[in-house]
Amino acid sequence: MERVKLDIWVGIFVALGIIAMFYMATRVGNLTSNDVKKTYEVKAYFENIGGLKPRAAVKASGVVVGRIGSIVFDPEAFHAVVKINIDERYSFPTDTFANIYTAGLLGEQYLSLEAGGDDVNLKAGDLIVHTQDAVVLEKLISQFLYNSAGEDDDKDKD
Amino acid sequence: MNNILNFFEKLGASARSSLSGLGSCARLFFLTIIYSADSFKRFNLTIKEIYFTGVLSLVIIIVSAFFVGMVLGLQGYYTLEKYGSSEAIGVLVALALVRELGPVVTALLFAGRAGTAITAEIGLMKTTEQLSAMEMMAVSPVARIVAPRFWAGMISMPILATIFSMVGILGGYFIAVLIIGVDDGAFWSQMQANVDFHNDIVDGAIKSIVFGFTCTLIALYQGLVAPPTAEGVSRATTKTVVISSLSVLGLDFVLTSFMFV
Repeated sequence: MERVKLDIWVGIFVALGIIAMFYMATRVGNLTSNDVKKTYEVKAYFENIGGLKPRAAVKASGVVVGRIGSIVFDPEAFHAVVKINIDERYSFPTDTFANIYTAGLLGEQYLSLEAGGDDVNLKAGDLIVHTQDAVVLEKLISQFLYNSAGEDDDKDKD
Repeated sequence: MNNILNFFEKLGASARSSLSGLGSCARLFFLTIIYSADSFKRFNLTIKEIYFTGVLSLVIIIVSAFFVGMVLGLQGYYTLEKYGSSEAIGVLVALALVRELGPVVTALLFAGRAGTAITAEIGLMKTTEQLSAMEMMAVSPVARIVAPRFWAGMISMPILATIFSMVGILGGYFIAVLIIGVDDGAFWSQMQANVDFHNDIVDGAIKSIVFGFTCTLIALYQGLVAPPTAEGVSRATTKTVVISSLSVLGLDFVLTSFMFV
């Protein structure tokens, strides 16, 4: 009798552990959701990738359709080569736009794909020609300052 | 001159004794592994120890986890609210618990709750010469006493740490969503978006296995080498808690710098 009771308690204990692990995997972690399984890889060149990181999300209309594979610097052409893994279920025209955006004001950066109008779709290994770099806040501010300084000069002329 | 020599002599002696302690600890580990097959033939012994170290620790683990989670929820909300991102409270609570607090606090509680019990029990067995009696009867004390406790610790610790993290997150949920009123959906969805199964949850589980190994082995070793007196056993029990806690905190730093940087 004593042994059976002991076994029951240990069984409950181990089961609790398994439930906790399962709970963490599904409810807390992201094992089940947005896991992109079969993908094809396309390339894109960027002058500046900002804070984009490998495994960052690739979104189209805000929906996650893939992940960033790798980011390397091409020492001959002096630009960043970004490999993009897109879910096989989705295909995009060859003249698709790839933009680097920031989620929220301080969020992390992601790649946004905006479909073009071409009839031919991107295949594995293709290059996305139309790209837009990450916005660098300092550049924006300096442009803004430069422009407003120019406005002041115009006023002085009047 | 003599002072300097004395200093080096003491340093050398302490280094030598801690090295030899580490060595016999490693020897105990290998002995345990060798005798594990023998002890698994009577798996009831291990189950009994799992009941003792694991099941009976559940209450203290669950209660402290719930309170740790609630405190994390309160304090995290206080800071995050200043930046207008109180929805990120779920991420904060989950990552803090899964990566650090779950394994570390569980290991500290485990060392205090189960480690001391192991040391005191084995130390007393040695004092009352039960271990020698077993050897006389050709029963290996390693197979009969040490191995079941070792495996019980190795099995219980990850389970306890996982339960700790889960209950802690529920505690954070209780405070953040039910009491303060953070949005329910944002709490979970942000958590799911930012907690990675392989990088966060599995690494936390690895940590808890390492801590379980460390705490159990230290407790067993201290029990076996305790001087067979009342004072010796009490000293050994204290040592178990001190050495286990310090090793857990030190190892945690090392593991974290390997895993998450």
